[in-house]
Amino acid sequence: MIDEESRMSLTTVNLSQLTITEQVVKVSKSILSTITNVMLLPVIGITIFLFLWSISAQSIHTSLGTFPGPNAVVQQFSSLYEEHVVEREKAVAFYQRQEKRNLAKQEKNPNYVGKIRAYTGKETFVDQIITSLFTVTCGFLVAAIIAIPLGIWMGLNKRLNSAINPIVQIFKPVSPLAWLPLVTMVVSALYVSDDPMVSKSFLTSLITVSLCSLWPMVINTSIGVSSIDSDLLNVSKVLRLPTFTHIQKIVLPASVPMIFTGMRLSFGVAWMVLIAAEMLAQNPGLGKFVWDEFQNGSSDSLARIMAAVIVIGFIGFLLDRAMLGLQRKVSWDKSSASV
Amino acid sequence: MNSSVLENPEFLEKKTQQQAFLNISQIDMVFPTPSGGFTALKGVDLKIDKGEFISLIGHSGCGKSTVLNIVAGLYQATKGGILLQNKEVNEPGPERAVVFQNHSLLPWLTAYQNVELAVRQVFQKTMSKGEMKEWIEYNLTLVHMDHAMHKRPDEISGGMKQRVGIARALAMQPEVLLMDEPFGALDALTRAHMQDSLMEIQNELNNTVIMITHDVDEAVLLSDRIVMMTNGPEATVGEILDVKLERPRSRLTLAKDIEYNRLRSEVLTFLYEKQRKVESISSKTVVPKVIPRKRAN
Repeated sequence: MIDEESRMSLTTVNLSQLTITEQVVKVSKSILSTITNVMLLPVIGITIFLFLWSISAQSIHTSLGTFPGPNAVVQQFSSLYEEHVVEREKAVAFYQRQEKRNLAKQEKNPNYVGKIRAYTGKETFVDQIITSLFTVTCGFLVAAIIAIPLGIWMGLNKRLNSAINPIVQIFKPVSPLAWLPLVTMVVSALYVSDDPMVSKSFLTSLITVSLCSLWPMVINTSIGVSSIDSDLLNVSKVLRLPTFTHIQKIVLPASVPMIFTGMRLSFGVAWMVLIAAEMLAQNPGLGKFVWDEFQNGSSDSLARIMAAVIVIGFIGFLLDRAMLGLQRKVSWDKSSASV
Repeated sequence: MNSSVLENPEFLEKKTQQQAFLNISQIDMVFPTPSGGFTALKGVDLKIDKGEFISLIGHSGCGKSTVLNIVAGLYQATKGGILLQNKEVNEPGPERAVVFQNHSLLPWLTAYQNVELAVRQVFQKTMSKGEMKEWIEYNLTLVHMDHAMHKRPDEISGGMKQRVGIARALAMQPEVLLMDEPFGALDALTRAHMQDSLMEIQNELNNTVIMITHDVDEAVLLSDRIVMMTNGPEATVGEILDVKLERPRSRLTLAKDIEYNRLRSEVLTFLYEKQRKVESISSKTVVPKVIPRKRAN
């Protein structure tokens, strides 16, 4: 009897041990597959891409030399950074000289008021990135300030929606390049000031970006607002919520997921439009950098443009991720904030 | 002279009309459709006293929800009207609070905040902040949701969501509480539990309630009167059944009660013999709103 029992318990122990090891195997398998999906496969993909790129680059001969492979681009990255550092040092040196000169003149003549001039060196790659980021953010914000209230209004008011929708549908597919000449001319005609707060080129880029990134936000916001669950609207009616409270407590939170979808789309559009606008209108920024290098036509130019392309792509990706992060923070509906 | 005035039927009718707390008077409802008007309701007439619990029962698509929505003010009757304490109803308002079938809680607010939105709107002028907090917590305790009042709707079960929905409606201190199949989306056990809770609350507050239901047992268990509606189109009040069972009621004792079983079989007879639903494709397409039953999560 005792023997029997002990044998029984032994087998159960064995069984449970077996299941534990099985579980460990299962868990480690799932961890392994996550690592594969998140780390290994992207690395393999990028490696293959780099390989194909360097192979095919070697066989493309342009008037500016062989098409740059990954190596050449990496080299240009470091040289672009070095140029930036050198330029900064020059600027610092310039300001030091200026200060010294002013001090020397003041010693001779105590009444002398030193002139301070800004350094007017060439804008480096890093400067251009910062300019572009600033412009795209401003343009996007202007668009959002117009588009979201307009979208909410259109979503609430069917008649207004019918009136405005055709205009939105027609302007939505317009390329920034078509807007640009008009915007440039209008800005130079209307924005006349002896002491301008911002430069004309900045304003032109900003308005072009706004004009193009307006529409996805308007459309998504109005759809989000007009498709709110009728039960929630009935709750608002039963409570007799005043219009403002209704918008604040019901409409806005309910349509936040759709508004954010529109904002992400718009930000993507804004970034693409900005590069084109800068290229064409010679507005400072990454687009101008690309255009300048193209006009420059040195043997390094193509590699430098390729470096800019990678940076543009990378920044676009980061901007999208930033918007997603913001959405996760603001929206109650976490499931809508997935990739 | 005097007696002749009193006996005048018109005068008598006027008098009874004035006495009714809630008077649903000769309502017609016609919905516009591409092929002309669809008459959902025809001559629905019902007088309800204060503190009465009324069940509306009938087959799907017979216009029960339409009646409720008209009382709520969400729909406008094509003909006839609603008088609540002799005032005409023509827009929604918190004095006729609605418990919707799909709880209709705002998913971005916690249970507490959902009730708070209603309380703030209704009592902003009459209550201090502290009183509001007390009142919100009182109502959530009433529906046994005090333990989870800071959870959001997606964190609680279907039955709990419906409890919060009821708490929100009760917190408006309505003159009439309108419930549109409040437990229709719940499983049988949760439903029984909710019915007991509702009876308990009703014992305490003695509200005037109109509840739509599909469930015969629920109707008999909860109501003072069961209003049975004929099938649409042109649905109207078919029969009204007085439920004179003593309160408080217990489902276990009632199960063997002769009167309970008689009432139950009367409702069943009405639904399945007199108003047997003949499914036809054409009538299905004109039904304005058919709510599918969902299981609770």
